[in-house]
Amino acid sequence: MNFKVPKEEYMFPGHTACPGCTAPQAMRYVLKVLGQKTIIAMPACCWSTIAGIFPYSSLKVPLFHTAFPAGASVASGIKAGMEVQGQSDVNVLAWAGDGGTFDIGFQALSSAAERNEDIIYVCYDNEAYMNTGIQRSSSTPWGAWTAVTPKESPESHPKKDIVYIMAAHRIPYAATASVAFPDDLIAKMKKAKKIKGTRFFHILVPCSTGWKFSPELSIKMARLAVETKIFPLYEVEKGVKYTINKIPKGISVKEYLKLQGRFKHLKEKDIKFIQKRVDKEWERLMDRANNRID
Amino acid sequence: MKKVIIGNHAVSYGVMLSRTQVIAAYPITPQTEVVEKLSELCSNNKRVKLLKVESEHSSMSACIGASMTGVRTFTATSSQGLAFMHEVLHWAAGARLPIVMVNVNRAMAAPWTLWADQNDSLSQRDTGWLQFYCETNQEILDTIIQAFKISEEILLPSMICLDGFFLSHTSEPVDIPLKKDVDAFLPRYKPKYRIDVNDPHAFGGVTGVNYYFEMRNQMQEAMDKAKNVILKTGKKFKKSFGREYGLVEEYHCDDAEIILITSGMIAGTSRVVVDGYRRKGKRVGMLKVRTFRPFPAEEVRRVLGKTKKVAVIDRNISFGHSGIFFQEVKAAMYNEDVLNRPPIFGYITGLGGRDVTPDIIQEILDYTTLNTKPKDDIIWIGLKR
Repeated sequence: MNFKVPKEEYMFPGHTACPGCTAPQAMRYVLKVLGQKTIIAMPACCWSTIAGIFPYSSLKVPLFHTAFPAGASVASGIKAGMEVQGQSDVNVLAWAGDGGTFDIGFQALSSAAERNEDIIYVCYDNEAYMNTGIQRSSSTPWGAWTAVTPKESPESHPKKDIVYIMAAHRIPYAATASVAFPDDLIAKMKKAKKIKGTRFFHILVPCSTGWKFSPELSIKMARLAVETKIFPLYEVEKGVKYTINKIPKGISVKEYLKLQGRFKHLKEKDIKFIQKRVDKEWERLMDRANNRID
Repeated sequence: MKKVIIGNHAVSYGVMLSRTQVIAAYPITPQTEVVEKLSELCSNNKRVKLLKVESEHSSMSACIGASMTGVRTFTATSSQGLAFMHEVLHWAAGARLPIVMVNVNRAMAAPWTLWADQNDSLSQRDTGWLQFYCETNQEILDTIIQAFKISEEILLPSMICLDGFFLSHTSEPVDIPLKKDVDAFLPRYKPKYRIDVNDPHAFGGVTGVNYYFEMRNQMQEAMDKAKNVILKTGKKFKKSFGREYGLVEEYHCDDAEIILITSGMIAGTSRVVVDGYRRKGKRVGMLKVRTFRPFPAEEVRRVLGKTKKVAVIDRNISFGHSGIFFQEVKAAMYNEDVLNRPPIFGYITGLGGRDVTPDIIQEILDYTTLNTKPKDDIIWIGLKR
């Protein structure tokens, strides 16, 4: 592989993420593409602390911490402020977790997307409210244990299909990305950087604390999510043009689930159910990519 | 140039004259004409951006984001919309952003009502926003221009309140100042702190117990400073435009035996009633409270320290206690040296827009005259039993 990750760093060496956390990698890769001319709006999320406790910052770009539901709306305001000052070339990045995107921040996000605000919105998804201590969100997958979905009654709803919803806003660009595939992440962010309008990224960031796996397995976990088709890598242009960026190996979901304590209680039939659902979702995605529907 | 315009349009003209750069808003009755007029005035103007967002939470959040970049920002709302903003009202003040907002006073649901009272804005008392209550459409326009100057100096946001329908939809003659005169009075906003890619900082991050307390003390210091800044700005405004409002306005208070305390448009009606009493040789006066935050406690003490009885008119209520201006006026009279402490009568009237007529104010004055001191903390006026 002759792909090169840009050398520039926009994070300082120190931050306060848990060992094995992949959220800093996501930020690091994204900033390597967006560069110094970037302003971040950040609603409450794990990154609110990863960025450093006042007066410290682990980022070399300006950062504004915002209220939980306000990632996209504050980013819209920042962009408007830069535009009236003739600085339209500054990238405005809203950086939110799954709670701030799928749940409490969704109204503002949908509105910003509908207005096609010229912002990049990244949802780094660890599949629950991890900063408050592992409570389920509408991004938590079916069957998962969290502190509010005990193993006796685990998460009973499937994960919300956020990229499909964002694509339905007909925004110019929406994509999934993974910390295990930095080449793909960086290439797509480079592409998005050149586009004007709302650009949405959904990056899966495995969480060793919340998913209950050993920290050294983080990147492996991210890779397995892609290779099992649980979290395929694809992009959607103008809301309709689907491209699958990497054909997964199609490893059995069991290989992914069995490494995580949050799925430990699952029975064989539950795993079969998940496999069936993943296969069905993959078919749907292929249909969209092959223009068989939509 | 004099124009006959509704209160809501006085807002829009004031905002445009102030060279506001980013406006974000969401419609709610009776605020809508503010934004409709602004949309018209902003169209084809590249120096101002108007974001039409999906909620008041987002309109204030967008103002917060824009203000962080160092531009002048404005929004307008009312009632439920203001309540929906509550979380980010704290954020705007805590981030020390000089945002200016108009709140068209409208009572809170349930049940639904569109009509005026002050419970919406007074419920936001402790958010760190300056609060101005306006009596006329002229005062609305003038206060908006002044508020930007005041907020940008002390770094706290300003909320300008006007009574729904009574001012928002009533046409009055308003002197609209010349652009060049407003430009001279209110130069372009030059922020002390802003988010800047060439000078990167993190703003609003998590603080430990070592910093937060001091930051709150700084906000209170800014509020204390605001009193002088409001007065100074008002005097400067008078030099250019001939009108001054102050923190409070005394109307025939010098020799008054009874002083009415009012805010908003009720002050206008009260003037007429006071004039009537004066014609009959009765020593009645009125103290209009223009700024509720910062609260003009010294002015209240100075004026009330000379009178025999005080009648506070509240178009609001703090359930389980009493009228809110009544509480604040009473609190101002305690723990300080005052010449005397007159009995203070607390009248609640006009909730949900019920008309506060000259007859109602006369009833309040008659009750105050006939009784030596109030029997209860609330005297209900105009209530159907």
